[in-house]
Amino acid sequence: MWNWSYAAEILPTLLNALLVTIGATLAGFVLASILGILIALGRRSRFAVLRLGLQGIVNFIRSTPLLVQLFFLYYSLPMILPISLSAFTTGVIGLGLHYATYLSEVYRSGIDAVPKGQWEAATALDLSPVRTWFSIILPQAVPPIIPIMGNYLIVILKETPTLSAITLVELLLTAKNTASVSYRVFEPYTITGILFLVISLLLSFGMARLEKRLNRRHTA
Amino acid sequence: MSEPTAETKSVMTLPREEVVSPLTGEPIVQYQGVTKTFGDLEVIKGIDLALYPGEKMALIGPSGSGKTTLGRMLMTLEEPTTGTILIDGEPLWQMKTSSGKLVRANEKHLRRMRQKIGMVFQHFNLFPHLSVLRNVTLAPMSVLGLSKEEAYQRAVEMLTKVGLQDKLGEYPSRLSGGQKQRVAIARALVMQPKVMVFDEVTSALDPELVGEVLEVIKEIAIDSDMAMMLITHEMDFARDIADRVIFGAEGRIVEQGSPEAIFEQPESERLQSFLKRFR
Repeated sequence: MWNWSYAAEILPTLLNALLVTIGATLAGFVLASILGILIALGRRSRFAVLRLGLQGIVNFIRSTPLLVQLFFLYYSLPMILPISLSAFTTGVIGLGLHYATYLSEVYRSGIDAVPKGQWEAATALDLSPVRTWFSIILPQAVPPIIPIMGNYLIVILKETPTLSAITLVELLLTAKNTASVSYRVFEPYTITGILFLVISLLLSFGMARLEKRLNRRHTA
Repeated sequence: MSEPTAETKSVMTLPREEVVSPLTGEPIVQYQGVTKTFGDLEVIKGIDLALYPGEKMALIGPSGSGKTTLGRMLMTLEEPTTGTILIDGEPLWQMKTSSGKLVRANEKHLRRMRQKIGMVFQHFNLFPHLSVLRNVTLAPMSVLGLSKEEAYQRAVEMLTKVGLQDKLGEYPSRLSGGQKQRVAIARALVMQPKVMVFDEVTSALDPELVGEVLEVIKEIAIDSDMAMMLITHEMDFARDIADRVIFGAEGRIVEQGSPEAIFEQPESERLQSFLKRFR
């Protein structure tokens, strides 16, 4: 059933496709992290319009499937706007937007966990709001949430096969294409599974190390 | 602010009245008919009070008397429900529009006014992710625009004053409560406020660490012309360094006067029974 030489033959193709998967994962995660923090900050704004608007957008994105959002971004949006993005870019934007809504909640929990006294000390020292956020609040809010962020990074990795629906030739679609040429279904999908496993493990290992380093600095 | 010299120290032996003359000149802080309500609980029920430049004023009273709220309103951490607080004659929580109308202060106005006020908190509120030095230099660099060297110099001067010049690189988690509070004092002093609020600064400390913090504050009180608002439960401390003692209960000022008058000849029954608990 398992043919080693066939496995060796298709491995380079799959590894190439893995790069696309990793690229979409990392780019999507970075975008989600940045948008997530902006949403978290915006939802604490004193402008009610911004707060409520963001809450509406977050609820909308979280209540609809990623696949629908991807289809809309890839097929429907170019009909109303004069833009046409590649499947990769669209996929990254879709993942980024979708998971930004989840990460914004993670940031919020981290921000809420910073003691009130820290805000008061910043006020007493007359620090500007920007300085308070970037020098006082976020450096204390982010390290504790690194493990949860790491979980979302792995969730995003495992969600990338969804991007095959908008024609992005990532790892799973490549495996499927390979299988449909050779009619051998065992090796491509097994290797795909193993590659996902390896990357997941590497990512959680990396996150654990990052967490350790940040915590060491924190309590030093 | 310079190191205490032999000259300033010797002043201590003079009678208090000759050292400072409180209640002269224009008040630096004025509370005018200030009230504060949390929900349906009125914690401040109409306070009129003036603090004069250089005056060391102690606020004593039972828990829940509103002393801390009074200090927090001055530090702009709580907004008065009604009434006015003036700093150097200028409203703290209101500002004048171009047409001369008084409106609620915006953040810009508060930031400017706040520079004259400093505060030391009961729970220190040091920044745990920053070293002792960085805790003290952050605001001078970011708010006053001092260069790194200037801020360093000032910070070391203040940390020396509180006896922690050998802890510059340490993180707060490695300090004792007394050391943390002394860093917090240096952090507030370095901004050179005109008025400093000390809010029950020894209440969270182990008894054996109270002395070192009070000692530092006492030295600063003798040494500087900064006005101080000392919210405290340490009666001996209040008696030692205050020019005037305010006794408040249930959101009102019940009695005020010199430390001698307040502690030796309390007039009101409320104050008499309060002081009994400390004897």
